[in-house]
Amino acid sequence: MEALYIILTAFCIALSCGTLGSFLILRKMAMVGDAISHSVLPGIVIAFLISGSRNNIPMLIGAAVVGVLTTVLIELLHKKARLQEDASIGVTFTWLFAIGVILISAFTGQVDLDQECVLYGEIAYVPLDLIITESGISLGPRALWISGGMALLVLVFVRVGYKALVITTFNPDYAKALGISTLIWHFIFMGLVSLTTVISFESVGAILVVALLIAPPAAAYLLTGQLKKMLFYTSIISLLISVGGYALATWLNGSIAGAMATVAGILFAGAYAIYTLKLKGRGKPSLSKSSS
Amino acid sequence: MDKLLEFLSFQDPNVRVVAFGTIFLGMSAATVGTFAFLRKRSLVGDAVAHAILPGIAIAFMLFQTKNPFVLMSGALVSGWLAMLLIEHLSKSTKLKPDTSIGLVLSVFFGVGILLLTSIQHSGAGNQAGLDQFLFGKAAAMTQNDLLAYGIVALILLITVALFFKEFKLLSFNPAFAEASGLPVKRLQFILSTITVLAISIGIQSVGVVLMAALLITPAATARPWTENLLMMMVLAGLAGGFSGLVGSFISFTAPNMPTGPWIVMCLSFLALFSLFLAPKKGILARIQQQRQNRKKILSENLLKAFYHLRENNPETDTFSNLQLLRKRHFSQSEYQTALSRLRRNFYIMPKGEKWQLSEKGYEEAKRVVRLHRLWEMYLTERMRLKADHIHPNAETIEHIITPEIEAQLLRELDYPETDPHQSPIPYPRN
Repeated sequence: MEALYIILTAFCIALSCGTLGSFLILRKMAMVGDAISHSVLPGIVIAFLISGSRNNIPMLIGAAVVGVLTTVLIELLHKKARLQEDASIGVTFTWLFAIGVILISAFTGQVDLDQECVLYGEIAYVPLDLIITESGISLGPRALWISGGMALLVLVFVRVGYKALVITTFNPDYAKALGISTLIWHFIFMGLVSLTTVISFESVGAILVVALLIAPPAAAYLLTGQLKKMLFYTSIISLLISVGGYALATWLNGSIAGAMATVAGILFAGAYAIYTLKLKGRGKPSLSKSSS
Repeated sequence: MDKLLEFLSFQDPNVRVVAFGTIFLGMSAATVGTFAFLRKRSLVGDAVAHAILPGIAIAFMLFQTKNPFVLMSGALVSGWLAMLLIEHLSKSTKLKPDTSIGLVLSVFFGVGILLLTSIQHSGAGNQAGLDQFLFGKAAAMTQNDLLAYGIVALILLITVALFFKEFKLLSFNPAFAEASGLPVKRLQFILSTITVLAISIGIQSVGVVLMAALLITPAATARPWTENLLMMMVLAGLAGGFSGLVGSFISFTAPNMPTGPWIVMCLSFLALFSLFLAPKKGILARIQQQRQNRKKILSENLLKAFYHLRENNPETDTFSNLQLLRKRHFSQSEYQTALSRLRRNFYIMPKGEKWQLSEKGYEEAKRVVRLHRLWEMYLTERMRLKADHIHPNAETIEHIITPEIEAQLLRELDYPETDPHQSPIPYPRN
């Protein structure tokens, strides 16, 4: 039962991350996603200090706002201070992450977070925190409900906003002509990315959430050029990652999140092999260079 | 204050080691990081910092030792591998560079975490302390560590000094470097190697995640202050070293405070400070410059209004506010700004309710109008633009043309009498 809880939670997280990650890499914002996943840390710590618990929905949203602010800060350094984009990403997220770690050290007693947890989370503890009704019936782990809700939210968002998301991703000018605000969709999208990283935080940590954001869609992207197929492949890969990661972690007696990232890497290597074989089969390996 | 003196006297050998260690690491990372910054590889540096982890874990598993040189070799190999992989993926697949970076970063790190936690859980002998690579361990640095990192830092600095010219060319103009027969591949190899080296010792002081800051932030701090690479490197090195000192001082006074994050804090403040306040390139300086330009344009436009009025009524040089505003639209505040600037330069003088154009002002107005009409002339004569298309362009360029360009225009057009709209081009008196 515990294994099932863990795998299900992992799958919900991987699914939300992968779905959003698909759009993230198509928008060429993979590293912005990386930056957000780091910089939500001070938001999470402050939310903790105020509310004293980790699963308070308004606080989670508050922490996610910090993630969105990161994108604003990056933009500001890039546009106003004329700092090149890669450097503004690097400066911003390291700064905010440092603030987060300092806050954790300053309020060790009050914040139930340690540095290890920040880096790779501890999804193995998921089954320990159950929701139990007043009559004493266990409804399953709290983290599963929250990440399940998140996955549902992401899927509904993508289903409802599919058209606008696609147009603002691939053709911002056309979106403008249609009267779709790229800015508003950008912020809604980044807000969701940010919320997902906040919710995934205690399970997989700040850095491995990046693996879930980028690796599955990157692998799917190598397998297909169609967005809908890519999203489908991503969800399959997410499932494989959660099951395979759990198995690998049990075998090596290591971190589940780390194992999930490892499996993600292996699956990506597989996708890469198929991709290269396909290109060779076509005999036109130079085609791939057109985009780089 | 006493604490500060105690710290700066370096009486305590422990303090000495930590302080010098962090300064060393900060300076060498900043020096090498300058190249990464200029080559727009900052985030590759971040990825390499994360990718070092599995190398360290595997080196430990193979040799069961924590000898810094053994672990560093492992780090070097996996850091290198990550760098090659990023380059390969973004070149030979349709993945964008940032996707490749994020992918390699997170997967390598995940493998590292898996191995590291597996080692820890297996309880194999002396594994304790491997997690220092995650968070840095500045405060726990020993004399031996200092020696090892000192040697590596020295090697880095010597390499940079030896290949300074080549690296410079490689950073600013790789195509030219290639064309002028430099062994670009080999140079890139050396540069990447010292970058990986700097990262693998740097994570000792700030840890994996914050390593990127040690590499990039000093360079970002130095950039707005200078156009000279050597100067930039020195400034970046100073920023890195100073932040190392501050970080170790803070964790000296407050022992539960982590050194690494405070180093990054200090670096970030230095960077924000210079991005805002640096002369010329800082945000504030640029806003100031923009305001100056706007005022200059406004007052020159008002001068033109004077000139045009005078051109139409040659018998007077004194005009009312109403006349001026009718000639050219200004908002109330724009009008006041322009007027007061013209008065300050003695271009105009108050005469009762009206304004009189001074001799000096008249010459200046002539200059602006001349530039406008010369440019219109140039656009029709040389660019073959229609006479009704050229006014807006001339309206902006007239504020920018320097005396040198003016002289060139005059020569090019052979001192024309009138502009394309048959208005006379005014020349200075003599």
